[in-house]
Amino acid sequence: MTGFLSPLIEPGFFANAPVQTALLVGGIVAVVSGVVGTFTVMRGQSFAGHSLADIGTAGGSAAFLLGISPLFGFVAMNLLAAGVMESIGIRRPRGRDLATGIVLGGALGIAALFLYLDTTASSTTGATINVLFGSIFTLPSSLVPFIGVFSVVALALVLAMYRPLILTSISSDLAKAQGVPIRLVGIVYLVALAVAVSLSAVAIGAILSTALLIGPAATALRITNRTGYAALIAAAIGVVATWLGVLLAYDSYYWFPTGGGWPVSFFVVTVVFLVYLLSQVRVRPRAGARRESTAAETG
Amino acid sequence: MFSGLMLNAWESASIVAIVAGVVGFFIVLRGSAFAAHALPNGAFAGAAGASLIGVDAIAGLAVFSILGALTIAGLGRRARHDVATALVIVVMLGLGSLFLSMTTEYAPEIYSLLFGEVLGVSSSELAPIAAIGVVCVAAILLIYRPLMFSSVMPDVAEARGIRSGRMEVAFLVVVALTTTMAVPVVGALLIFSLLISPAAAARSFTSKPLTAMGLSVLIALGTVWSAIALSYLSNLPIGFFVGSIGAATYAAGRGWATWRRNRRASPRPSSQALQPGVAG
Amino acid sequence: MQADSATEPAEVLAVDGVSVTLSGREILRDVTFHIHAGEFTGLIGSNGAGKTTLLRVILGLITPSAGTVRVESESRRRPLIGYVPQRITLDPDMPLRARDLVGLGIDGQRFGLPWPSSARHRLIDEMLESVDATRFAESRVGNLSGGEQQRILIAHALISRPRLLLLDEPLANLDIGSEQEVVALLSRIAKQQRIAVLISTHDMNPLLPVMDRIVYVANGRIATGTTDEVVSSESLTKLYGVHVDVIHVHDRILVVAGRRDAPLQHGGGESIVEVV
Repeated sequence: MTGFLSPLIEPGFFANAPVQTALLVGGIVAVVSGVVGTFTVMRGQSFAGHSLADIGTAGGSAAFLLGISPLFGFVAMNLLAAGVMESIGIRRPRGRDLATGIVLGGALGIAALFLYLDTTASSTTGATINVLFGSIFTLPSSLVPFIGVFSVVALALVLAMYRPLILTSISSDLAKAQGVPIRLVGIVYLVALAVAVSLSAVAIGAILSTALLIGPAATALRITNRTGYAALIAAAIGVVATWLGVLLAYDSYYWFPTGGGWPVSFFVVTVVFLVYLLSQVRVRPRAGARRESTAAETG
Repeated sequence: MFSGLMLNAWESASIVAIVAGVVGFFIVLRGSAFAAHALPNGAFAGAAGASLIGVDAIAGLAVFSILGALTIAGLGRRARHDVATALVIVVMLGLGSLFLSMTTEYAPEIYSLLFGEVLGVSSSELAPIAAIGVVCVAAILLIYRPLMFSSVMPDVAEARGIRSGRMEVAFLVVVALTTTMAVPVVGALLIFSLLISPAAAARSFTSKPLTAMGLSVLIALGTVWSAIALSYLSNLPIGFFVGSIGAATYAAGRGWATWRRNRRASPRPSSQALQPGVAG
Repeated sequence: MQADSATEPAEVLAVDGVSVTLSGREILRDVTFHIHAGEFTGLIGSNGAGKTTLLRVILGLITPSAGTVRVESESRRRPLIGYVPQRITLDPDMPLRARDLVGLGIDGQRFGLPWPSSARHRLIDEMLESVDATRFAESRVGNLSGGEQQRILIAHALISRPRLLLLDEPLANLDIGSEQEVVALLSRIAKQQRIAVLISTHDMNPLLPVMDRIVYVANGRIATGTTDEVVSSESLTKLYGVHVDVIHVHDRILVVAGRRDAPLQHGGGESIVEVV
């Protein structure tokens, strides 16, 4: 299998311990992001996902200051933010975006503070990069079980709410009339989103985690008609992008010996974006042929 | 606090605040919070790239943020608006991180680009910042009426010959320029806060548009001045204060609006319209 | 409540003395009417008259400030009512086929993953067949035309075998051809499956051929009975509290307010010129 890829794979790739951890963690995180992301895009909550990621920065940097892994900081902060978002309410979407944005500003300010303190306190400059752009190559293996547990929880929550989530994204009235507990579904979904974003933040950084969340999902939506398949395809794209990112980052150490390697997160994000662009270009002409409905335009 | 180096800080921050107040008014009106977040992040990549190739950061900022503005205006029409914008944001950030990783000043450079380095503004940078600021404010004042019209009633404006597409592009370019002059001062991540918090807060205090814009400028000025002073006195980063004060003023505005609404509601029955979706 | 004789259809919906006050304004006052199985009822009124509020009360989404709503003489149980909401904007990107949307009507509110079964598949096929939607069953819901989406939503509502089918302005935004198709479809469903159908609309004319009874809403009050009983000058004048004329032009009905400010128009569109 690695035959045709071997010119791409620099020596020692598979044997390298941090690489193995990176591949494992990256794969898990990509799956969770892809699945949760599919519902995020369906519900039109991409901004919420992006905001949560940035808000989590405050938590991650605080955790760093306290000497614990940023993962827990992300999760705690994101859960808190999700709770606040929920209570701000589902009223006018514009009002919600504004309120979210302001909370975002406040949280980023706090993050600025913590990162500054991190830098002066520990006299290393690692905090900013770690929190903002991920630490997938420097993850302690003791963290992996936690990542696994969080991932399982997020996936389980979304899969449990599978049908109500679809119904509510079509019409909340319709869902309510059919007996769906709207508020509960909304809260549970935000919790899953908070966890998914945190996991992604640990891998490729808080600011870039949105790419794994919505990129593969948005691509999958263009490819398939069915929700279940969309989630699977999103997960698959995410895994491929993440693994490619890890590979290319490792290779870049060898290709550009002076630079010290390019960041993983850059590669992952670029791959995700390229795949997305490809799907935009390819599917559009087919979309016309796919329309089996012979009736007049949507009106 | 008011000596030489600090003077630059006061001046540059004040200019940024005035521009942010004016432009932010429209950002909040048009609901472009997401775009306001996206452009500075694109600018980040530009600054990083400029830093890499040794060019003036402001040039990099300008090029990338204007490119970003045009991309968002273009893409927004086709694909899902929010997904497209979000992906562009993230790719820009990724590029920025790449460029910076290739310089030697990786972490501190990232920090100051993202969170601002108001004290690092030199006298030579003050002139271009001021110049761009003047251009931005002048542009907004020039297109004030058609922009208002198009923002509030896009369809009617369209019928009157005001093309919403053109307005969107023009406005986003102004936002891009605002970003260009503001990022060196308050940072890419926090310019966003300065753009929307004062304007959002101003809305709670008045319904008159020009008053709201003026109030937005005043609040923005108050925010940056307090932030600079507090930062100087406590040695903590200015970004922290900008973000927190922004959130606080917004909360204050909302609180005021709620208090005023409750006070008006109790003496006599409310005559406000029914909530949408309930009326038959 | 239940059938007294073999021919008397069962009562499906009993609304008694319902009043609704929202934000200090009284939207509905003392609304009483009963609907029986197989009956096609039109809930007529101009926008803002209180139709949607009444529908939401029936669905249990709003609690009335007075009065009761009973479905099938038991306390309201949601699976008994099929609901077709007014406006669903379906994103063309949404990965949901028409048949998936219909399938959600069976068990969309349940937690856990759906278990694929051939019985389920068959049921969905039958439902699609009955609303004549088999042709576009595999298409994305966001790509369907207004009329097609409407039929899918109806299938979604019907698949759980409700006793009462509630539709909120189903004919708005449909062209005349689709309008007639949907009305005919609903009438057929009512008769064949003994389902009570309640349609809320501001224009009663498309329903005239099939309506069994009418619930006419104005000023928060209603008048109920057959079309002839309710839609008459005396009856509506009493309801509106101002002089109202009911004009019959060919087979269409126009309700026009007398003297006063602007003519209050129901029926065939915005102007009297539109006559079939």
